[in-house]
Amino acid sequence: MSFVEYGDTIKDGDTAIVFLGHESMFPVKVQHGTVTQTKYGVIRHSTDLIGKKYGSKVTCSKGGWVFILHPTPELWTMNLPHRTQILYSTDISIITMMLELKPGSIVCESGTGSGSLSHALIRTVAPTGHLYTVEFHQKRAEKAREEFREHGVEHLVTVTNQDVCKSGFGVSNIADAVFLDIPSPWEAIGHAKSALKAEGGRICSFSPCIEQVQRTCLAMEEYGFTEINTLEILLRVYNVRTISLQIPDLGKAAEDNSSTGFDSSNPSHQGSPCANLQQGTVQFKSGVPLREVVGHTGYLTFATKNLV
Amino acid sequence: CLNETGLKIQKIIFEKQWFYLDNAIGHVYGTTFEVTSGGNLQPKQEVEETSTEAKEAGTDNRNIVDDGKSQKLTHDDIKALKDKGIKGQEIVQQLIENSTTFRDKTEFAQDKYIKKKKKKYEAVITIVKPSTRILSTMYYAREPGKINHLRYDTLAQMLTLGNVHAGTKMIVMETCAGLVLGAVMERMGGYGSIVQMYPGGGPVRAATSCFGFPREFFDNLHEFPLSRVQSLLGGTFSAEPEEMPLLEEESNGLSEEKQQETEEEPAEISPAEEQDTMDISAEELNCLFCCSKVRDKQIKQWERRKKLKEAAALLGEKNADGLIVASKFHPTPLLLSLLEFVAPSRPFVVYCQYKEPLLDCYTKLRERGGVINLKLSESWLRNYQVLPDRSHPKLSMSGGGGYLLSGITVLLEQGRAGCGTSEPPKLEEPSSKRCKLQDLPC
Repeated sequence: MSFVEYGDTIKDGDTAIVFLGHESMFPVKVQHGTVTQTKYGVIRHSTDLIGKKYGSKVTCSKGGWVFILHPTPELWTMNLPHRTQILYSTDISIITMMLELKPGSIVCESGTGSGSLSHALIRTVAPTGHLYTVEFHQKRAEKAREEFREHGVEHLVTVTNQDVCKSGFGVSNIADAVFLDIPSPWEAIGHAKSALKAEGGRICSFSPCIEQVQRTCLAMEEYGFTEINTLEILLRVYNVRTISLQIPDLGKAAEDNSSTGFDSSNPSHQGSPCANLQQGTVQFKSGVPLREVVGHTGYLTFATKNLV
Repeated sequence: CLNETGLKIQKIIFEKQWFYLDNAIGHVYGTTFEVTSGGNLQPKQEVEETSTEAKEAGTDNRNIVDDGKSQKLTHDDIKALKDKGIKGQEIVQQLIENSTTFRDKTEFAQDKYIKKKKKKYEAVITIVKPSTRILSTMYYAREPGKINHLRYDTLAQMLTLGNVHAGTKMIVMETCAGLVLGAVMERMGGYGSIVQMYPGGGPVRAATSCFGFPREFFDNLHEFPLSRVQSLLGGTFSAEPEEMPLLEEESNGLSEEKQQETEEEPAEISPAEEQDTMDISAEELNCLFCCSKVRDKQIKQWERRKKLKEAAALLGEKNADGLIVASKFHPTPLLLSLLEFVAPSRPFVVYCQYKEPLLDCYTKLRERGGVINLKLSESWLRNYQVLPDRSHPKLSMSGGGGYLLSGITVLLEQGRAGCGTSEPPKLEEPSSKRCKLQDLPC
């Protein structure tokens, strides 16, 4: 297992995802002789996990079962230990595309934070690219290094513990893209520019507040970036539900037996709306929006550095 | 840096402008050119500030009346200027001088006015390197019908949800002119393999060829006809030619339509494309025009059969690392059959322009089992104007970019590994018990 290469079977030392139910899962470090407690009972790594195929159903000691999944950056994002606010897959997706990342890309990132974006970036630039990630918090930088090692991607990433606004990324003229998620991105635009390749590249800055965006855009303009574009992306998730609605009784006009407007002669087949006139209800499938959703994460500002 | 390969010298027609690309060769990507009379490209000099003198501007619009008389230059005057070969920049300057209201406009309104007129009269083009970002935004803006209205941010979600990366074996089924295939190929960087499932006579790769991928990227790209999926799943598949004529007859209508689509596109997209498109349909053309060369034809047929066998073998291993679907077809039958080729614990994602087919797909997949973490979603995208003290969302935004259903495969329970659509749906046995326990779908 590694976060950049699929494996078929669960091995000692892997990081696997224990899937209990929809959106309910957690990561586990697979180790001989270790046990993991779940609400369905105990999972014994040596007998229940190691050697089994990823995607297997594992029965826990109390009889309930879970699925063991191969880790992906997306599953990691959903399950990682939070040390900071993290970026989620919706923002990560558009960042990756708009920064034009692909295998071989060299990317600079700051701050590393909890490593949510870092894992996704490493996945995309592997096997020939590299991520230079800068984190000013020493403990967080160390923890990130440790995770990258455990996830088999340490050869694709360099973690530096310094303040990007003061000291930059520690590299110059090698990056295809730079990503900033720091409180004052405008202070790092100059460093970002010098980290980017002479022939140019892309930059992205993530900020929750529009005032930050304003200052960042001015700084980008000042440093000669072009194609400056700010956007916001949100995910709308729908729950799939079978809904039944009552048909109101409007009485009957004389000699008219189809006054409800629902065609009862058409035998209902699964998946399509079906009317049950006897019970006075009509059933249909609907995608129901969640009652409360994430309404804001941050503004993403993208720009291009051209060869001057 | 632009080089000659693929840049066949020909006239490019784009939004009422025409020009030749000859002069662009040798310039770096990102260079902006002015289109001179005669359609030649001239690298644009860096922008000179038009007027450094103190600008005269109004404070608000109380004195501006929209009577249609503020511009003294008539349509014919402007046309005459253009015919004289006067540069767009000067035309804009003339328009400003001949506008009676320009001075009274606020500074912001003046900027807006200049920007608008510049866009209309200045013939300026920038040549950029193709990428998923460029091509998906361009297709969505200009030809949304050709890509089933798949918005670029939705495509971005698909690539992430599908964990598309180097070294994987992906199955791609799309009818988006090859844009989704191209995006997947870009993310795989030539490492790993792809099987493109196609309806009709052959795979459509008009947009794929716009990416400018190196030739090696196509070495591990395979294609397999959708019409033979059931036979492959049922174990009756054979690459032998007996069935071929039948197949071609069956799908003739569609294949012609597709072929047309492939050939229409190049002129609007890039000159490099026509050549590549020709390569793709070369098999077809060979069959049509070179009948006399029977030997050639036999070789071609043998090669095609070999490739078909390879694709069938790749699928037959049933260990693909992901499935990406973005088509005009109903997603349910596609998912129920194509998921059979995917290894357990791998992501899949299906795009549909409409929500309802995905509701059905969701339900059928739950009945089939072997999938978890099913999620129906849509992304919402808003662009912003950011200016000092004048930041706000752009006035218009896309109303919808399509819907996605994503999930993860798991090992199917023994005895339930039926072959797709033909099997009557069964309810997951433990589901009632589980639902009580968790009240969560899994």
